[in-house]
Amino acid sequence: MLVETWSTASLWLAVVGIGIFHGVNPGMGWPLAVSAALMGKGERDLFAALVPLAGGHFLAMAVILLPFGAMTFLLDWQREIQISAAVLVICFALGLLIYRRHPRFLARIRPTQLALWSFAMATAHGAGLMLLPIYLGICKVSELDAGHQAAASLMTGNLVNAVAVAFVHSAGMIVTGGIMAFAVHRWLGMKFVSKSWFNLDLVWALSLLLVGVLGLYAALTPHA
Amino acid sequence: MTVRPDPTFHATAQLAMQAPPEDYAYTLMLSPDFSEPDGLAVVDVKPGSPTYGQIVHTVMMPNKGDEFHHFGWNACSSALSPLTGHAFLQRRYLIIPGIRSSRIYIIDTHPSPTEAKIHKIIEPEELFSKTGYSRPHTIHCGPEGIYVSTLGGGGEDGTDGPPGIFIMDCETFDIIGRWEIDRGIQGKHYDFWWNLPRDYMVSSEWGLPPQFENGVVPEDLLSNKYGHVIHCWDLRGRTNVQTIDLGENHQMALEVRPAHDPVKEYGFVGVVVDTTNLEGSIWTWWRDGDTFKCEKTATIPPEPAAKEDLPPLLQGFEAVPPLVTDIDLSLDDQFLYVSCWGTGELRQYDVSDPWNVKLRDSVHVGGITRKTAHPGGGDYRGGPQMVEISRDGKRVYWTNSLYSTWDDQFYPDGVPAAMVKADVGEDGGLTLDKDFWVEFPEGYRSHQIRLEGGDCSTDSFCYPNV
Repeated sequence: MLVETWSTASLWLAVVGIGIFHGVNPGMGWPLAVSAALMGKGERDLFAALVPLAGGHFLAMAVILLPFGAMTFLLDWQREIQISAAVLVICFALGLLIYRRHPRFLARIRPTQLALWSFAMATAHGAGLMLLPIYLGICKVSELDAGHQAAASLMTGNLVNAVAVAFVHSAGMIVTGGIMAFAVHRWLGMKFVSKSWFNLDLVWALSLLLVGVLGLYAALTPHA
Repeated sequence: MTVRPDPTFHATAQLAMQAPPEDYAYTLMLSPDFSEPDGLAVVDVKPGSPTYGQIVHTVMMPNKGDEFHHFGWNACSSALSPLTGHAFLQRRYLIIPGIRSSRIYIIDTHPSPTEAKIHKIIEPEELFSKTGYSRPHTIHCGPEGIYVSTLGGGGEDGTDGPPGIFIMDCETFDIIGRWEIDRGIQGKHYDFWWNLPRDYMVSSEWGLPPQFENGVVPEDLLSNKYGHVIHCWDLRGRTNVQTIDLGENHQMALEVRPAHDPVKEYGFVGVVVDTTNLEGSIWTWWRDGDTFKCEKTATIPPEPAAKEDLPPLLQGFEAVPPLVTDIDLSLDDQFLYVSCWGTGELRQYDVSDPWNVKLRDSVHVGGITRKTAHPGGGDYRGGPQMVEISRDGKRVYWTNSLYSTWDDQFYPDGVPAAMVKADVGEDGGLTLDKDFWVEFPEGYRSHQIRLEGGDCSTDSFCYPNV
């Protein structure tokens, strides 16, 4: 029981941690909130820009997690679902490692369409996939807790979990990004935009690969 | 791809002004009779250097007859917007189009400007087949990669279809295709620039290839057949949303210079000549809600001259038109520099209030009839033409050639390459530097200048000044 509590907690910590990782990266959008503040009327516009950035990110997580949440009622196929999710994540990570380019269509999204941009940006880089194996891990733990619940209520629980994971992650992302934007706008100055920018493409792809491999390992290891 | 953004990328124009000054300038050299290949000269502009003011390296092209005109970088400060998604490009490659051959050269300036070399050559056939455009001209780096304006459409004389803008990949330099989805009534092209966060572009018109390749066509000019409109575009939508006619007598609206601070929704455009009175003029354009407006905010009068002092083209007018052929705006959006190529004058306007443009200072050098000598004694012919301002706004460099066949009409005695510099005082004011005089190889003319690390007509900033 203690092991399970610890494992649930660490999975949720990972959800938040990945949120911070996404949020701190300028490429995920916080400089756009600084720009909004400077182009508009100050910090009110900064916070107003964070809303669509968070919303788009949340949606990008939800569209990946919810279908898998819905599938978890297929209890007999649980292992196969976990394996295929992990393989999907690994393949996407390998794809990012091979094709090291930013898709040009993202540059066609207007500066006013922040929610769409945030959604497309997160989706194109597999941000939702990074959460998938962790989410399935959380589902698995809660199933063990649930014992022999009816499949329908289990699915409802997992869908709630999917929304919760997407929400907690996006909250971690936007709070971190918001702090960055606020600090740059108020104290650090515009020079920090380029100073804080590191090319994380490789780290990103490798994190995705790591999460995928761990997910695959978890799926292939029988329950203790 | 690098781990950190290129140190010459700056979030704001203000930060770019505080960056270290340029050590090198890149200047295009063209062979006016096409007898020699065109080239790129690397000029040492680092004060105190033993080779200060000298060409320290040249890259000569393997072809002849390209006619170099304008050029630009593969990447600039616009990469610092998350919206563009390519923050880790390097300002490393110069894109040099041949305006006559339609060939495009990619020059690698790493590891050092003095080791610049040809990286790639895009043959004209590739441009023709992928875009249907010809005669590439202005280069800007932006959200979708490298944007290049062209002056010609398809066919031998470039009049089969309108010219336009095409997109080039900013890493592989592959030509991707036409940029416009709906060009509206745009039928000619010249310069373009934009405001990236506000998502608009403004473009101008010179003339179609038969109107410039063999020299200015006087009948076309006097019947107002050169460009006299500006087009305002929805940048991401790639559609022409408004065309503003400056009046058909305002012939050849050329350089488009938006304010560098993207919070400001205005810019300038220079008109070469008013055919009713030979004036040159500066216009201020701005966006008011969803509508663009444009107004004449400064005029420069022609100077009377004796018939025998004038080239045949101008003898009937007994006057020298100023011929506003280039304008350039300092990074603080305070001073607009205006080339009067005919009268041989470089003007400095205070444009801190863009609707109340005030002449601040001017220097004379060259000119059709004035023929003002350079204070250092150099034989300066032609007039001030392509202008470039240092990022900090303290130095203004310029060259003297306009375009091979036009040079010959206005300055029949020739326009040997010159590149000079003026220093800007603390609160404005211009002084020609008598010691800065670049010696070019015999037989060449000089055109656009680019400064190492960016200048006042290359970088697009995505964040407002603080």
